[in-house]
Amino acid sequence: MNTIDLEKEFQRKLDAEEKIEPKDWMPDDYRKTLIRQISQHAHSEIVGMLPEGNWLTRAPSLRRKVAALAKVQDEAGHGLYLYSACETLGVERDDLLDQLHTGTAKYSSIFNYPTLTWADMGAIGWLVDGAAIMNQVPLCRCSYGPYARAMVRVCKEESFHQRQGYEIMLSLCKGTPEQKAMAQDALNRWWWPSIMMFGPNDADSPHTAQSMNWKIKRFTNDELRQKFIDATKPQADILGISIPDPDLKWNEKTGHYDFGAINWDEFWAVVKGNGPCNKERLATRKKAYENGAWVREAALAHAEKRKKKSAA
Amino acid sequence: MVEQKDTYNYVLRLADNCLILGQRLAEWCGHGPVLEQDIALTNISLDLIGQARNYYQYAAELTGGEKSEDDIAFLRNDREYQNLLLVEQPNNDFAYTIIRQYLFDVFHFHLLNELTSSKDESIASIAQKSIKEVTYHKRWSGQWVLRLGDGTEESQTKMQTALDHFWAYAFESITPDELDKKIATEGIGANLEKIAETVKKEIESHLREATLSIPESNWNQTGGKTGMHSEHLGYLLAEMQHLQRSFPGAEW
Repeated sequence: MNTIDLEKEFQRKLDAEEKIEPKDWMPDDYRKTLIRQISQHAHSEIVGMLPEGNWLTRAPSLRRKVAALAKVQDEAGHGLYLYSACETLGVERDDLLDQLHTGTAKYSSIFNYPTLTWADMGAIGWLVDGAAIMNQVPLCRCSYGPYARAMVRVCKEESFHQRQGYEIMLSLCKGTPEQKAMAQDALNRWWWPSIMMFGPNDADSPHTAQSMNWKIKRFTNDELRQKFIDATKPQADILGISIPDPDLKWNEKTGHYDFGAINWDEFWAVVKGNGPCNKERLATRKKAYENGAWVREAALAHAEKRKKKSAA
Repeated sequence: MVEQKDTYNYVLRLADNCLILGQRLAEWCGHGPVLEQDIALTNISLDLIGQARNYYQYAAELTGGEKSEDDIAFLRNDREYQNLLLVEQPNNDFAYTIIRQYLFDVFHFHLLNELTSSKDESIASIAQKSIKEVTYHKRWSGQWVLRLGDGTEESQTKMQTALDHFWAYAFESITPDELDKKIATEGIGANLEKIAETVKKEIESHLREATLSIPESNWNQTGGKTGMHSEHLGYLLAEMQHLQRSFPGAEW
């Protein structure tokens, strides 16, 4: 087939909601966009282990400790699926890690915020995983098959994590006044960063239109953000704690919550590497990788020796 | 005669080993040399803390409901903790972590193997559940001992250094004290004298296969079982217990 036919066939598949598979022809930019998006998604899972990993040794009960351990393990697993999905597009995991370590690839800006109290584990589950689910459920129908299939598995586990997080918040809010204050403080610190997880406003989002045409994205940033706020406000009411936004109110006309202005200066500062934990997070990942070099080399050397032995 | 207090203390020994080592492994989260091993380390941590919970829940029953699993884990001081000195040692690097793990896993496997026929049904059933997990742990750490011992020159040196460091802590596990002996005689606890040779031989031959040399000293550091710990445990507990201590009586 010539290029024009290939493009037509690609478009036909998109129109028919057929999945694009690794061996299918695809436009270069489609491939690049997916590599960018899936690898950043994978990196987010891995960097996302750090803020929560921060509380594993300090979890306040054994039940909470094992749940937290299982959760970060799931996240590492999600990272693995996503790196695999990304590799089907013709890149190597090591190159992707290199991009992360040199700062050419991004990860979700939310993980540049610190976890200061145990309640942050609840807030992250409830809000951050909640926002992730809003973003990821539509990706289960994404046009690229391997990504869509990875997301089906990821979303199942994420909704479990979200319920767990909300349950932590519930226990705190039903607990002592100190515990409830801890929950409120966590909501105050995580609310706006969670709202920012949906990305810039539609007008400032350069990739949205193309990604929608390619059926990688199904909803715009602002649509998903609105959905999230509409779903989350009643949950905060059940907890009896308040969302730190004086402009948040129900709008009868639109059937949605109106909300206050997002601090986009802060958003861009964090995206560009100047958030509270950017440097620490990246340094931690780099250090893990560098300190692990001798282990990876030894494993390779040992495998070589084994191969030689069994060949002899 | 074994009194309930003896069984309680013996169960705590079993539990404390699992919790403290699980706690150490959890520190690796996000810092592993490769993603797959990050998962393996947290996986083993999760298994061990799960086992610790089973024992603590049983111990809580033995107190007649006076205490909960969390009271026992979070409100005892270092002088009351009865874990082996080996498991409280810091992670240091991957070689230290692997050697510590391997030395514990071999002992743990043979210990549980004995405990599956304990006259105490709760201990026997926890052992039965745990041994499946520990079989996996032993295979994992055993393979890494081979890979790193017989890998590169650098990895071999690091493993030998770690081994030399840990050797004095290697066999507190199979050195019985009064309680171990008493509870073994009654058929409730494991007979450590019975498994001692097996454990030692298995470890030494595996280390040799990994091209590591067995350190010469036969000196065993002991004390963990009776609450005489290294300086490391106090910090570990301070970190682990701080929320329970700061907010007494709160539900989490």
